[in-house]
Amino acid sequence: MSTNNEIRAYKDEYYPPVPTRMTRFWRTCIMYQIFRFFVLNYKIMKMVVKGHS
Amino acid sequence: MATVVVLGAGISGHTAAAFLKRKLGRSHEVVMVSPNSHYQWIPSNIWVGIGQMTIDQVRFRLDKVYKRWGIVYKQARAVSIHPEGDESHEKAYVSISYVSGEKQGQTEQLSYDYLVNATGPKLNFEATEGLGPKHHTVSICSYDHAAQAWKKLQESLDRMTSGFRQTFLIGTGHALATCQGAAFEYALNVAFEIRKRGLENLADIIWITNEYELGDFGMGGAFVKRGGYITPTKVFAESILSEYRIRWIKRAGVYKVEAGRVHYETLAGEYLTQDFDFAMLIPAFAGAGMTAFDKQGNDITSVLFRPNGFMTVDADYTDKPFEQWKASDWPSTYDHPIYKNIFAAGIAFAPPHAMSKPMKTANGNPLFPSPPRTGMPSGVIGKVIALNIAEKIKYNHPVYRHKASMASMAAACIVSAGYGIKHGKAATMTVSPIVQDWEKYPAWGRDIRATVGEIGLAGHWIKLFLHYMFIHKAKGYPFWYLLPE
Ligand SMILES: Cc1cc2nc3c(=O)[nH]c(=O)nc-3n(C[C@H](O)[C@H](O)[C@H](O)COP(=O)(O)OP(=O)(O)OC[C@H]3O[C@@H](n4cnc5c(N)ncnc54)[C@H](O)[C@@H]3O)c2cc1C
Repeated sequence: MSTNNEIRAYKDEYYPPVPTRMTRFWRTCIMYQIFRFFVLNYKIMKMVVKGHS
Repeated sequence: MATVVVLGAGISGHTAAAFLKRKLGRSHEVVMVSPNSHYQWIPSNIWVGIGQMTIDQVRFRLDKVYKRWGIVYKQARAVSIHPEGDESHEKAYVSISYVSGEKQGQTEQLSYDYLVNATGPKLNFEATEGLGPKHHTVSICSYDHAAQAWKKLQESLDRMTSGFRQTFLIGTGHALATCQGAAFEYALNVAFEIRKRGLENLADIIWITNEYELGDFGMGGAFVKRGGYITPTKVFAESILSEYRIRWIKRAGVYKVEAGRVHYETLAGEYLTQDFDFAMLIPAFAGAGMTAFDKQGNDITSVLFRPNGFMTVDADYTDKPFEQWKASDWPSTYDHPIYKNIFAAGIAFAPPHAMSKPMKTANGNPLFPSPPRTGMPSGVIGKVIALNIAEKIKYNHPVYRHKASMASMAAACIVSAGYGIKHGKAATMTVSPIVQDWEKYPAWGRDIRATVGEIGLAGHWIKLFLHYMFIHKAKGYPFWYLLPE
């Protein structure tokens, strides 16, 4: 009996860009994310201040 | 002494009441009418729905807070508005019906000088046959729904642990539903929890949506400048679904749910079905369903409210095609055009039109997301209304000078993609303005320099931080008024 492998080719979910291992690493790298936490907070605060004016 | 009545202790009404009391002090009365005994921080219901937070972490009792603030709190539901009073009432009043305590079932006529309608959405499960917690699907729109969703989710997780495959269907449960962002977050969190337990090989997770393209989120999508490209949110949304091994069905209007099966119509006009073991589908939203009467007792509900039950405000409601929509169609002071002392905040105000382009299926049925009014604009609108009313009462200001149009306001969205201090993730997104302004920004509809779009642990920390910050603010703890909406 032959079984079918799960081949994603030609399905919708096959085409979008997916993150590489390196990208995924940076997403949860604690030191880098602490830095991003402050950067993102700063950017959001800028937006929020604009939103309240 | 003036009396300001606020209807609805949700994000916008609670913010409005808090600022009204702060500005008006003891010389004027602020009354809150709301059927709920607790305030809930709705965005964190996502985490209740995956068992990472308990109900008590996302809610607190309102009576204590209002007592401390000096706000009169009536645990009741507003039933009808009488903006001219009636034969026996000189003043305008709102009719309320108590929902708990000794007065349960009793009604009261509550006079007001100013009225803020912040009654949010009615979760209109009835608009889709078989939808909702009383039937075949779960919801995360309130904390009790979210707790039930977690119970059901656990059953599916247990079945997978015993080796059975499960299909999870998450998305919109009506052709005109909104709040795609919340459902999207839930889909990612469910996938994250399944992967955490090493069960992903036994799970089929499907995102079903009424969006034309993924990443539309009811705001016509957005564009983000990143990595040398200006990229649509469609690409980001598809990318993260693909990464989380979630399939998708788009351009789908769910119209019926049976046990384990949804029926939907596609934009192309096909009638299809999808089976599921677990389904969390967001219902259509409608207004709270209040009625209105003039002095003689004639029904003027259609003067105060649009047919969808949301309140008419200072927007341009002229019926016009997508190509003619303008930023200036959107309201900025949220007062009723005739009854200038009645306001609508948050989801309760009727938007002039959608933000996503209206579409019809090949069979002529409307299929597109309704416009979202998320937490941040809801809070800002509540505050702006409070400031305008306070100025009017205290200084008899001739105009409402504080404005908060969603077509000029920026917003930040943090889309949770998994809970955990070390491994959690969220996508941080900013857009400016919320509603596209094609005249000012002809290329992308929004200021492309002001966009942020990035996924990471930092986003999760921000979302968690916001949870505690907004609960601190809503409880009126020290310096609450300095915290942004
Ligand atoms: C699961 C989920 C996640 C979300 N996540 C986010 C997010 O991350 N970020 C974000 O910005 N937004 C988010 N939102 C959207 C956000 O919750 C809403 O924009 C916000 O709650 C709208 O505020 P509101 O005050 O208009 O309505 P609500 O918060 O719904 O409040 C309405 C209030 O009116 C009361 N009420 C109803 N009928 C009556 C009546 N007849 N008389 C008196 N009172 C009445 C209700 O009991 C309720 O207290 C999310 C929504 C959901 C469902």
